Amino acid sequence: MTISAPTKTENATVTASKLVFKPKSRGYFPKGLCLLASLLIIIILAVVLVNIAIGGAGMITWDFLSSPPENGMESGGIFPAIFGTVALVILMTVAVIPVGVFTAIYLQEYTRPDAWLTRLIRLAVNNLAAVPSIVFGLFGLGFFIGFIGGGIDSIFYTSEGPVWGQPAIIWASLTLAILTLPVVIVSTEEALRTIPRELKEASYALGATRLQTIWRVILPQAMPGVLTGAILAISRGAGEVAPIMFTGAAYYLPYLPSALNDQFMELGYHIYVMATQSPDVEATKPILYGTVLVLLMLTFALNFVAILIRSRLRLRRTNA
Amino acid sequence: MLDNNIEITTDDKERAVLIPSPTTPARHTEKQTTPTQIKMSVRDVNFFYGDKPALHQVSIDISVNRVTALIGPSGCGKSTFLRTLNRMNDTIPGTRMTGTVKLDGVDVYQSIEDVSTLRTKVGMVFQKSNPFPKSIFDNVAYGLRVNGINDKDLIAQTVEQTLKKAYLWGEVKDMMDNSALALSGGQQQRLCIARALAVEPEVILMDEPASALDPISTAKIEDLIAELKKDYTIVIVTHNMQQAARVSDTTAFFFEGVLIEHGPTRQLFTKPNKKKTEDYITGRFG
Repeated sequence: MTISAPTKTENATVTASKLVFKPKSRGYFPKGLCLLASLLIIIILAVVLVNIAIGGAGMITWDFLSSPPENGMESGGIFPAIFGTVALVILMTVAVIPVGVFTAIYLQEYTRPDAWLTRLIRLAVNNLAAVPSIVFGLFGLGFFIGFIGGGIDSIFYTSEGPVWGQPAIIWASLTLAILTLPVVIVSTEEALRTIPRELKEASYALGATRLQTIWRVILPQAMPGVLTGAILAISRGAGEVAPIMFTGAAYYLPYLPSALNDQFMELGYHIYVMATQSPDVEATKPILYGTVLVLLMLTFALNFVAILIRSRLRLRRTNA
Repeated sequence: MLDNNIEITTDDKERAVLIPSPTTPARHTEKQTTPTQIKMSVRDVNFFYGDKPALHQVSIDISVNRVTALIGPSGCGKSTFLRTLNRMNDTIPGTRMTGTVKLDGVDVYQSIEDVSTLRTKVGMVFQKSNPFPKSIFDNVAYGLRVNGINDKDLIAQTVEQTLKKAYLWGEVKDMMDNSALALSGGQQQRLCIARALAVEPEVILMDEPASALDPISTAKIEDLIAELKKDYTIVIVTHNMQQAARVSDTTAFFFEGVLIEHGPTRQLFTKPNKKKTEDYITGRFG
């Protein structure tokens, strides 16, 4: 035993000495490249934000925020567009959250992952997410305004002109809801998946039905995930122009929308209009800057509120 | 005089032997004047996960106000068997069961009573303590609320009584609104026991309730089991043979989905009838 051991070691040393290792490069170059790529993101964001802030900050006055556009948008404020955007996003959220959450619950709690219907729904959700937003706009025009709105008109309002079968805030927000549906479904599903099986079993073992378990254990647990979905949907929805330009957004309106079938002004569409349709683009430039700044701040504010609610929910869950 | 009326059942029914009643009561057993009744009776249960068989022709009688321990190596089917008693396996897709499980003579898989009623009668405590991320109070009140009790005073009263029964009241009475997740592991497990007790079950199933706990917390759980036996019928799965010996009146040994032997705990650990049982308890495998 003691004699054979050194021989083995000698053999090993002989074999190892034949290997000549190449000195390694220190890797400064790849690290620098990755850092540069990452810094680029900060720089781009900073340039965008600083440019908009400098150009738009001077415009943000109470008058600008509270009065309607005047003189072919060369002066005046953007209140109708702010109002329309907030109303649009709220209606969209009200529509998309229940449908998205129920779909996610169905997929996670009621079906087996390999069932054909589950796979079909999942395929549909994934494909929905890949559809370009302009296609949603055309879909909204054809389906909501033409088919549903027109259908309602032909049944209930035969004597009058179009009542529901025309561009309106309800159709625009429903179109946006479909656009943002995959985001809500995916983030809710993500949250449902992380709920431990033990918690559901604890509930069932106490005689709770599936509905009670979903309502009292699963949904409260998934709430932060649902709100994450809502945040993402709001960010996406508030910035989209293509889906609403056919379905309800107006170039200019002398009044605020007061019914679901009214048209509305919207910040994103207003920006598009001022940048491309205005008679004097140079004259509208300061207002354009101000509007972009307001749109950004509004989106950030809506996000912030949702994040606040979410973190409060999480806090309450751990500290009760 | 004790009359345990215990039956040994194997897959081979011909060889089934009736064990004579023990002359000495098992540990923790109070002197009883009435003969032991059968609380749950299981016959010829087969269970499959997909095509994979997990239980084979299991038949056993669970005596009322006794602690029945289920022992055996990992994957022997003891937890699966435990979960057939409150139909917990129903929640796992792709499983199949044959045979009968009776509670007080009523087949729990055939009766028109819905499964949630069964589960209020046959409560369960899990291996990993699993309190809801709610307050201590809401955890214990959960079972009452889902079963339609809305009377606030009644709920508060029951929660207090139940926590006292689980010897947890003194430790938590000033923090009822705190999250249950802030409790220690042992306290969480006793809270889970209290939660199960709140709906006044008749049988309590315990799936390795102390396997994740330190020795002191384990001792508390075991003392609690001894105390609960007076009012409840308990079936406990355990990996720990010393624990089975300490807490149970009868022990059932499972191996590869088959119930090898079921008898009074003392006898099973000192003079087992089957070679397999002897090999297992003496540590020759498992």
